[in-house]
Amino acid sequence: MTKKNKETIAMKWSYSPALESKDHINLREKYDLFINGKWMKPSSGKYFKTFNPADESFLAEVAHADAKDVDKAVQAARDAYNNVWSKISPSERAKYIYRIARLMQERAREFAVIETLDAGKTIRESRDVDVPLACNHFFYYAGWADKLDYAFPNRKVSSLGVAGQIIPWNFPLLMAAWKIAPALAAGNTVVLKPAETTPLTALKLAEIIEESGLPAGVVNIVTGFGDTGAAIVNHPDTDKIAFTGSTNVGKMIQKSLAGTNKKITLELGGKSANIIFEDAPIDQAVEGIINGIFFNQGHVCCAGSRLFVQESIADVVIRKLKDRMRSLFVGNPLDKNTDIGAINSKEQLATILKYINIGKEEGAEIFQLACDIPDKGYYCPPTLFTNVAQSSVIAQEEIFGPVLTIQTFRTVDEVIQKANNSPFGLAAGVWTDKGSRIFNLTTKLKAGVIWANTYNKFDPSSPFGGYKESGFGREGGLHGLSAYVKLS
Amino acid sequence: MTSENSKIQSIIQNSPTIDKVGTEERVARFQTRSIKGDSKLMGLKMALSMIDLTTLEGKDTQGKVKQLCYKAEHLHDAIPGLPTVAAVCVYPSMVSIAKKALNHTQIKVASVATAFPGGQSPLAVKIADTKFAVDQGADEVDMVISRGKFMEGNYAYVFDEIAAIKEACGNVRLKVILETGELATLDDVRLASDLAIHAGADFIKTSTGKIQPAATMPVTLTMLMAIKDHYDKTGVMVGMKPAGGISTSKLALHYLVMVNEVLGEKWLSNEWFRFGASSLANDVLMQIAKTVNGSYQSADYFSID
Repeated sequence: MTKKNKETIAMKWSYSPALESKDHINLREKYDLFINGKWMKPSSGKYFKTFNPADESFLAEVAHADAKDVDKAVQAARDAYNNVWSKISPSERAKYIYRIARLMQERAREFAVIETLDAGKTIRESRDVDVPLACNHFFYYAGWADKLDYAFPNRKVSSLGVAGQIIPWNFPLLMAAWKIAPALAAGNTVVLKPAETTPLTALKLAEIIEESGLPAGVVNIVTGFGDTGAAIVNHPDTDKIAFTGSTNVGKMIQKSLAGTNKKITLELGGKSANIIFEDAPIDQAVEGIINGIFFNQGHVCCAGSRLFVQESIADVVIRKLKDRMRSLFVGNPLDKNTDIGAINSKEQLATILKYINIGKEEGAEIFQLACDIPDKGYYCPPTLFTNVAQSSVIAQEEIFGPVLTIQTFRTVDEVIQKANNSPFGLAAGVWTDKGSRIFNLTTKLKAGVIWANTYNKFDPSSPFGGYKESGFGREGGLHGLSAYVKLS
Repeated sequence: MTSENSKIQSIIQNSPTIDKVGTEERVARFQTRSIKGDSKLMGLKMALSMIDLTTLEGKDTQGKVKQLCYKAEHLHDAIPGLPTVAAVCVYPSMVSIAKKALNHTQIKVASVATAFPGGQSPLAVKIADTKFAVDQGADEVDMVISRGKFMEGNYAYVFDEIAAIKEACGNVRLKVILETGELATLDDVRLASDLAIHAGADFIKTSTGKIQPAATMPVTLTMLMAIKDHYDKTGVMVGMKPAGGISTSKLALHYLVMVNEVLGEKWLSNEWFRFGASSLANDVLMQIAKTVNGSYQSADYFSID
């Protein structure tokens, strides 16, 4: 026998491209407005284009609805409310909502790919987070439709009427589900406007709604820009406005609704504190920091964008954080191994870069992942700033991108003060091995959602919403249902 | 030889707490990595070259061990250019047989020792067991820690015992089996890893294969983090060997992804990473054959040992 040499392999093992296929998706070249169960051309005849932010390629043309179109949609929703939806039995309503959930689930892959194409988010997230959560919201609220009397014991529950709903571009399908599912379950009809950069999954949802046989006019989907949204908000015949988006637009909406009888919920911006104590499970906390800020490229209203680290462990946490960042893949969102996808739009990329420059000018120390970025498309490498003060602009304003600021603290009281010292109050994270400390902080932090030893966890049964400039009203769970009913 | 109490105290103090939920989440992320094409073939070959082909049965005979050794060298001659496994792992009484069978190759002979798998014997017996394996020609020794002493909180005993076995090994590389299935919590897995590393382990290893659960990804991740922290602090590399329960190519690739992303490419060789397994090799071979030939072959085309 010959002496055999063992093959020694100790080289770089890089993963081959693993692109999710686009062959199975079905996109039209042009989308009209979904009003009264039919696809209608916009009265102005205007369309706008939606692009893939990952490579700037054209995806589809989408109708731009004006006030006339919105009026038609609200009228259709009103008629459907008066004649059908408020009349049928609650269990019938549930049947339709369940059907929508199941149809979405059956076409989950198509939804995931289209969401990734239109929004730039990674296929891993749209496949594992956005689409399944959206389906679950429909399933969850379908269950409540015929149990409203049990949801609010000893109260008389009635629906509101027509709900106008305006959603953002960061979780297009999921936000549509958060809005539509509880509204329908409570017996309302809907006019929904998706964001202009990400209208496609809402339009695919319209196709599913068509297929489900939901009575015409119960859900209307109108695409467009800010003027379309304003037309919905200002329409005299909407009973409820639900908005998720920027704090500036939220303020405008609240102003224009002042003095009207409309019910309103606003889910706005955030600058959420993620707080790491010295007794925390460090490696898992590092993972939570990564997940807290880089999930969906940081386009998350509850992103843990302000990191507070107890000073005694700051060095080790920052070292481990940088180290962990080096194993993140930035690139084509359709690749199943991509961790950080594309920034949603050119405008948003400009905003993020502006803040990164401000951070540098403020004297904060920047660390960016050195990585290859595709030539075309909008990308921003994961970024962190150390040496940041409470008074730094980058620690105060919402950046809405993969940019983390790091501050240190000494005592529990100090970090509570610093965390609450913000115009926002959407979410917070607390990392410690001490149960009593978690309870202490959850009672003192002014944030709508507080995660303990985890971050960015969502469930249809759990309410979500903010304090202060992060908005008011809750979505999800029983609280989310109460935003769509009148109690007497 | 007893360790200074302060050293043990410092190891305990510096051993971090581990959150199970967060660990499982990180593991889930490794499992979503999609390994295709060239990277898959490379990963599969890498996995083959990292296997410690194992037989640890009461009924092990010379005949069985000789056949296993032949398999270790000739995994599947139908496909040229395949690596051999890293080592053959046997009981001390079989070391000389295995050594003779593998003498002309670079395949190492690993021997379990220290009253494997229970480890419930006096230190003197364990040292004698280890020395016997080394004298018989073992290239590597796989010892078990005293889990009973660990549960009693007698960490100094555990530490000293590992150090004593390490001394008995001389230049032979020592793998320290924590038997994580008995330790139950990830906090304990981490503490046992830290004790073993500081006491001189060249490798830390999850399991004997005799207790369920054997190797799991969360347990292995916890141990990899201990190795990483030690390396970052001292620059000293320690190897990792998950053992038991890894029988499919897909799972093996997930483990390699985890090693690649936690410790980096430096650990991607059988010098620093091993799979303790008896049935993994054939599943990997079937996958390689499929990649090379384009179709799956029946298990009957692959020798069982």
